[in-house]
Amino acid sequence: MVANDTDAALLAAQRGKPSPRLAGANLPPVGVQINLSQIAFSGKPILEDLSLTLTAGEHTCLLGPSGVGKTSILKSLAGLIPMAEGSSIQTTDDEPVVGRIAYMGQSDLLLPWASVLDNVLIGQKLKGERPNEGKAIELLKLVGLAANLADRPDTLSGGMRQRVALARTLMEDAPILLVDEPFSALDAITRHKLQALLCDLTRDRTVLMITHDPMEALRVADQIIVLCGQPVKAVKIEKLATAAPRDLGSPDISDRYDQIMSLLELDLRDMP
Amino acid sequence: MKRIFQISMTISGLLGLWALIVWLTDLPKFILPAPLQVLQKFVQRYPVILDNAATTLLEIILGLCFGILLGMSTALIVSLSRNLRQWILPVLIASQAVPVFAIAPLLVLWFDYGITSKVVMATLIIYFPVTVGFLDGLNRTSTDWQDLARIYQQGANSSALASMARLYWYIKVPFALPSLASGVRVATAVAPIGAVVGEWVGSSSGLGYLMLHANGRMQTDLMFASLLTLTVISITLYYLVDFLLKRAISWQQTEDQFT
Repeated sequence: MVANDTDAALLAAQRGKPSPRLAGANLPPVGVQINLSQIAFSGKPILEDLSLTLTAGEHTCLLGPSGVGKTSILKSLAGLIPMAEGSSIQTTDDEPVVGRIAYMGQSDLLLPWASVLDNVLIGQKLKGERPNEGKAIELLKLVGLAANLADRPDTLSGGMRQRVALARTLMEDAPILLVDEPFSALDAITRHKLQALLCDLTRDRTVLMITHDPMEALRVADQIIVLCGQPVKAVKIEKLATAAPRDLGSPDISDRYDQIMSLLELDLRDMP
Repeated sequence: MKRIFQISMTISGLLGLWALIVWLTDLPKFILPAPLQVLQKFVQRYPVILDNAATTLLEIILGLCFGILLGMSTALIVSLSRNLRQWILPVLIASQAVPVFAIAPLLVLWFDYGITSKVVMATLIIYFPVTVGFLDGLNRTSTDWQDLARIYQQGANSSALASMARLYWYIKVPFALPSLASGVRVATAVAPIGAVVGEWVGSSSGLGYLMLHANGRMQTDLMFASLLTLTVISITLYYLVDFLLKRAISWQQTEDQFT
């Protein structure tokens, strides 16, 4: 299983080279401005008057303690939960976000009865479109699973499963990508590789990624936003000079890390 | 192989116990015949027994087919419409609360002595576990998957009905299959009851008819032979269905190992 990890796309990603262009993935980047008047969780408001800006073609990482409403923000944006009155979503091209969003979650949500290839094609099937097998195979090659097209998900390792999920997400030519702690269940090395792969394959797309791991944010994000405080406010962390995916050794990274941690710890001290 | 060995050990153990009881108590043949006497009777009368067994088997299989089809359709309809659920669920429960024995004479009156009344009876018994199993499965599709499907389908330019149909076909129904399979297993195990009860109340052929006939004539050995034939049919049918279901949803077992 490990042999599959030494794939051309992965190596290219680790060297920071752009990967070969995906067929059909010729998307003008879209920026999004989200204003949420309120987010309530089972009737109790947890978040008020929050605005987030997702710069077109950038990776924005949302950090924050659990229960702060990160996933609710993502779900509001995806149209899965209704937004409170006074909230708005504005895009840079003035088109609605509905139908232009792809989502990837913490659990890979692979269909246990379907092959890897069929799992990647499920989005098109659900939409009633003709499944584009050629594109799916191309994407599976890019994530290093060319040899596993016919395999069932239960024969794959956790990292391979998340890579199938990544390919499935990329099948959508969606300019906006919502990613909710996709690698939190993986071991450190697999996570490290997949972060690089994600950065590499989602360049030029507007990505909003939720994570609770500051190191992950520092590795993949162009812009880091920390949600903290009472009431919750969004704090932007100063951008790093280098491009993602970053190695985590440099001094400015540890500087940002300390900054993020002090913001998050501030929250903990306030707790009863 | 081990399984077959275990089953045959259990069966021969029970037969041994049976023989021992007959030998110890020295009961007359018309109260409790010895296993060997029952076997003799079977060999002697097997054309009659098998002929009647064929009738019962046909009733069971037809009942299974109708019951499963009806049960699956009901579950689909109920899961599609929350309003309908309020109306259909009481009827569903009532269909189980009324004992089959109580309505068996009615069914024979309405559908005659032939196999129709028995098939209806078997269908009634099979219908409930299948409906409940499938409905349970359909209602338990993970919300994460429904959310993901919703995000996918938001971008599609097709009707709500078509989207719903695809959601069921590609996600909900496959996810419900293991639950449905449990329902079908229970149904297969109880299906013979429906058929035999029907035959007891009024019929001119079938194992139930043969048993009643033999009982009335103190042919206890023939009754036991019929009863054992019914048992063998039921067990074989159950394992056959179980095998087919496991083959059909082979992904479920491997999935279980990881969860």
